[in-house]
Amino acid sequence: MSQKTVLYDKHVEYGGKLVDFAGWQMPVNYGSQMDEHHQVRNDAGMFDVSHMTVVDLSGEGVKAFLQYLLANDVDKLKQQGKALYSCMLNHDGGVIDDLIVYYMNDSWYRMVVNAATRDKDLAWIDEQSAGYEVEINERPDLAMIAVQGPHAREKAIEALPVDVVEAASELDRFFGCDCGEWFVGRTGYTGEDGFEIMLPDTEAPAFWDRLAEAGVKPCGLGARDTLRLEAGMNLYGSDMTETTSPLISGLGWTIAWEPAERDFIGRATLQKERDKGVTQKLVGLVLEDKGILRGHQKVVVENSGEGETTSGSFSPTLKQSIAFARVPKQAGDHCQVEIRGKLLNARIVKPVFVRDGKPV
Amino acid sequence: MSEIPSELKYTKSHEWVRDEDDGSVTIGITDHAQELLGDLVFVELPDVGTEMLAEDAACVVESVKAASDVYMPVSGEVIEVNDLLADAPETINDSPYDDGWLIKVKLSTPDELEDLMDADTYDAEIAED
Repeated sequence: MSQKTVLYDKHVEYGGKLVDFAGWQMPVNYGSQMDEHHQVRNDAGMFDVSHMTVVDLSGEGVKAFLQYLLANDVDKLKQQGKALYSCMLNHDGGVIDDLIVYYMNDSWYRMVVNAATRDKDLAWIDEQSAGYEVEINERPDLAMIAVQGPHAREKAIEALPVDVVEAASELDRFFGCDCGEWFVGRTGYTGEDGFEIMLPDTEAPAFWDRLAEAGVKPCGLGARDTLRLEAGMNLYGSDMTETTSPLISGLGWTIAWEPAERDFIGRATLQKERDKGVTQKLVGLVLEDKGILRGHQKVVVENSGEGETTSGSFSPTLKQSIAFARVPKQAGDHCQVEIRGKLLNARIVKPVFVRDGKPV
Repeated sequence: MSEIPSELKYTKSHEWVRDEDDGSVTIGITDHAQELLGDLVFVELPDVGTEMLAEDAACVVESVKAASDVYMPVSGEVIEVNDLLADAPETINDSPYDDGWLIKVKLSTPDELEDLMDADTYDAEIAED
């Protein structure tokens, strides 16, 4: 059975084409995924991300717990509201989920995890918290709207309640602020500036309308996927899973090895993997021949073996097809991808294709 | 509402067929199909001269979202393909029944045309989706 976010009626009203996503009825587009993609790159778009899971962690032991639970180190968060991207690993070093954690104060952190992994994430967090003085509260009462694009902040500020505007206007990148019932983060999943706004369910439909009046266009999950791919942001379940470590998923930078005495879940396995040397890496591909890269296509690298694309699509900004692929460590700057029996040429690049509206 | 020209024949898998009355037909995908697929970004067409049977996969159309096969509504030999689509696949979104045609086929079994749906039947068919 499919769940509906509190904005479901708005999606219908705004012409959204609804599909099942991780058990939720979500808009894949409101007409044209391509137009929505460009809308975010050039102006401002909004996404209903209320299906995502917000978890508040509080208590005296919360910092120590998160330092154990997460591969990145929340000790890096010294300023109130600062956000951190991290993987949550299993004991084998595989990725259970990727998430954002905001430091609100010494006894309160707010975490946002994926919708598709909600149940296993909550069960894992609960299980691991044994022995820590920490309280875990999911916040299904909060809706979440991401407003993204070069004009996203100025337009969102027109629509925000007066008592939220000042704090939201002053936010630096990758910070969030708690404004009573509302929470505004200057974060996102598109490679553009913007906000992710959490607010009480009951106020979300009216806020959606106010954003639309301010010129922010509704965008679906389709555009969200091509935007994140261009921005070089991993998609959980495709680019990394429970059987791939962050070291071969382009996420080595999110592991905090120092201080060496910090024992986080998965550390021992990752350490061994690192000492032995990884045999694969996650790279970006740009298709030089005509065709479209998708996940799970075979990649052939001359003299160093085979790999596989993990996610791919047409890039509306570059007007070429792009992908992430897991390939042998020795791979250079060229490979071939097998699509329907034909080997097509692709360039291997750093997996960031577009940043702040411009090709990288 | 999708456009469904009354002079064409249709398949359940959303191809349209125009009888050129010279033993050949023109084939494309319907307005309903292009709406379902969304913005098309790549089209793979067969080589001219390829002989195929009805229901064989003849072309691949790819939208930003996904790749889909286009099936032969009838059996025959491909005698022409729409080269315009290589650089402008979005033509199918803009003009599915005219400039966005895919292939022309010389019929090997003209009776197969009788098995295809007329516009009213196709309209009823997609209304059930």
